[in-house]
Amino acid sequence: MNDVVIRAEGLGKKYNLGMRKKSFRESMVDLASAPVQRARRLLTRQSAGEEDDDSIMWALRDASFEIRQGEVVGLIGRNGAGKSTLLKILSRITEPTCGWADIDGRIGSLLEVGTGFHPELSGRENIFLNGAILGMPKAEIVRKFDEIVDFCQLEKFLDTPVKHYSSGMYVRLAFAVAAHLEPEILMVDEVLAVGDARFQKKCLNKMEDISHSGRTVIFVSHNMSAVTRICQRAILLEEGRVVASGESHDIVSAYLRGGAGTTGVREWPDISRAPGGKFCRLRKIRARDREGRTVDTMDIRSGVGIEMEFDLLLPGYHLLPHFYLWNEEGVQILGANDLDPTWRGRRRPAGRYVTTSWIPGNFFAAGTIFVDVAIIAIDPIETQVHEQSVVAFQVIDSMEADTSRGDWAGQVTGVVRPAFEWTTNYTPAGIEVGKA
Amino acid sequence: MEVEEVLRPGPARVDRPAQGALNRIRIQPSTGWGSLNLGELWAHRELVYFLTWRDVKVRYKQTALGAIWAIIQPIMTMAVFALFFGRLAKVPSDGVPYPLFAFTALVPWMFFSNGLTQASNSLVHNANLLTKVYFPRLAIPISTVMAGALDFVLSFVVLVAFVAYYGITPTANVVWLPLFALLALVTSLGVGLWAAAINVQFRDVRYTIPFLTQFWMFGTPVAYPSSLLPEPWRTVFGINPMVGVVEGFRWSLVGAKTAPGPIIALSSLVAVALLVSGAYYFRRMERTFADIV
Repeated sequence: MNDVVIRAEGLGKKYNLGMRKKSFRESMVDLASAPVQRARRLLTRQSAGEEDDDSIMWALRDASFEIRQGEVVGLIGRNGAGKSTLLKILSRITEPTCGWADIDGRIGSLLEVGTGFHPELSGRENIFLNGAILGMPKAEIVRKFDEIVDFCQLEKFLDTPVKHYSSGMYVRLAFAVAAHLEPEILMVDEVLAVGDARFQKKCLNKMEDISHSGRTVIFVSHNMSAVTRICQRAILLEEGRVVASGESHDIVSAYLRGGAGTTGVREWPDISRAPGGKFCRLRKIRARDREGRTVDTMDIRSGVGIEMEFDLLLPGYHLLPHFYLWNEEGVQILGANDLDPTWRGRRRPAGRYVTTSWIPGNFFAAGTIFVDVAIIAIDPIETQVHEQSVVAFQVIDSMEADTSRGDWAGQVTGVVRPAFEWTTNYTPAGIEVGKA
Repeated sequence: MEVEEVLRPGPARVDRPAQGALNRIRIQPSTGWGSLNLGELWAHRELVYFLTWRDVKVRYKQTALGAIWAIIQPIMTMAVFALFFGRLAKVPSDGVPYPLFAFTALVPWMFFSNGLTQASNSLVHNANLLTKVYFPRLAIPISTVMAGALDFVLSFVVLVAFVAYYGITPTANVVWLPLFALLALVTSLGVGLWAAAINVQFRDVRYTIPFLTQFWMFGTPVAYPSSLLPEPWRTVFGINPMVGVVEGFRWSLVGAKTAPGPIIALSSLVAVALLVSGAYYFRRMERTFADIV
């Protein structure tokens, strides 16, 4: 049995909502009016220890868990569930309000990519600076320098100030340094959210390597596909509390089911909580069949519709709804943009739109498919909605012959499994095969 | 005889050196005044070096004048002082030519004043580090003050040139010079720690510092000698630690007539008190930095 490297008991973090940078004058005013506040509290019979509910927020409450050496644990939950707060506490960036945690081992935290990069310094200089900030001794940075440069493939640009780098180069350099950090416990917060698909794959591979070498990894992500791929265990946080912990597949399903009882639909009846930007809000997303029923499992031969329901609050915008599909291995299967000619290239009036994309049957491989949803406005380009892993559905291989497997009963590989049309031409025997 | 134990092959384990309690960290809410934890700061000394290196490099890359700026500042100030205080107001200068008198004081003064200004805003300026990485936060103001050391060295070279120009040979007292430089550093850091920590919560501090340093300079015998004050007051003047620095610099380098023994003792005491109290206050407020920056 591996040792426990992190043990947390009752961790909590409270924020005062009035905690903003005050000016000295405001603080003096508060100080002067304190007796008046206290009198008011007494009169309204609020007990002395309790502040008004409006003014405090528990970002984390009573979090207790154990993490063993060598485990890769996913920390999942909705926005605001407390994942980043927990990571900050474990990384010693902020202090808990109550509770305690014991950590055995050197911690390396990757809460953002490129911490401390300075635009005026060159790539080479930033490698040293960033490495030192992340906690690598100078000797280690020198030793790994060539590997780092090799990983990001930026030899030619090492002496250019980083302010001239493209955002992709920036992220590659930053991740290259971070990837060579060798702490005993690695804590990663959503760094996969930046960069393109190829870069994200590289990140995931690297994290897998780290876990194979016996180090412990805590991974915060909204990408359920990545979580199922590299995490054996997962912890689910909801509104600051640990609500479930266990085998990652189970916890991911629990997260996706949310309150709906099924992973196939997510909706936001309250528009103030609906994800989105200034003028466009996502209200509902689901996987459905032709009869209009929500599905969360389907036969490999069946098609599925991805239905997105969103409100455009202000008229005159040209919107592009699209989605991405991911499999359990952390691979992005495809991205699809709205091709419906009805609204293509046209500025839309305000109102509710229900857009459905029909994916044919005999296309997916068996397994869980996670759906990311996005809506961008065009001209100017502005992302209004981007939600990762909002719904998911299971594709079940029926083992019937009318799928791409044909008569093959064994394992079928591949990211997709389309059943193509095949033709064969036949010529009978009698042609000259060749003289002896 | 039955073999009871069977050796089972287990999963591959990483070879961990026996760390046990050595590497264990307990995270919990801190109460009261924290310890200074200088050991941890020492363990992060490479980071302090890198942050200092970064500040120096960035400053020299960004400015067109770069190194020259470190020299122009004290020289121009000296020129203005020499004209208005030295020549027009005829302020006495302890037996030393007035321009040299002023410049000898300006060199450590600039080190102190720039160090304080930079340190007071250092935490807010490095907010991204505070919220994303852990390291002892003392490293930030310390590195900012150290970054000023290069400017100090450059202007000191000019000072030495001045001394040679005026044909003054330093006495044996010059061995004390590094100590006065250290005193300037200690004062700069001490006040800087207080200012940095307070500035995180009350951003007014950033705007008060330029005014404070201006006022402080007039309260320090940079443009005038402390010998203007009659005796008991002159020693009391030493409560301003920069008085000890400035008079000490002048005494050890250019042989200003009056030896300022008691002043220096008082200044040193106050400077150390500022540093120690600043460090403890900083460490106490450190817990909240990431939350309110």
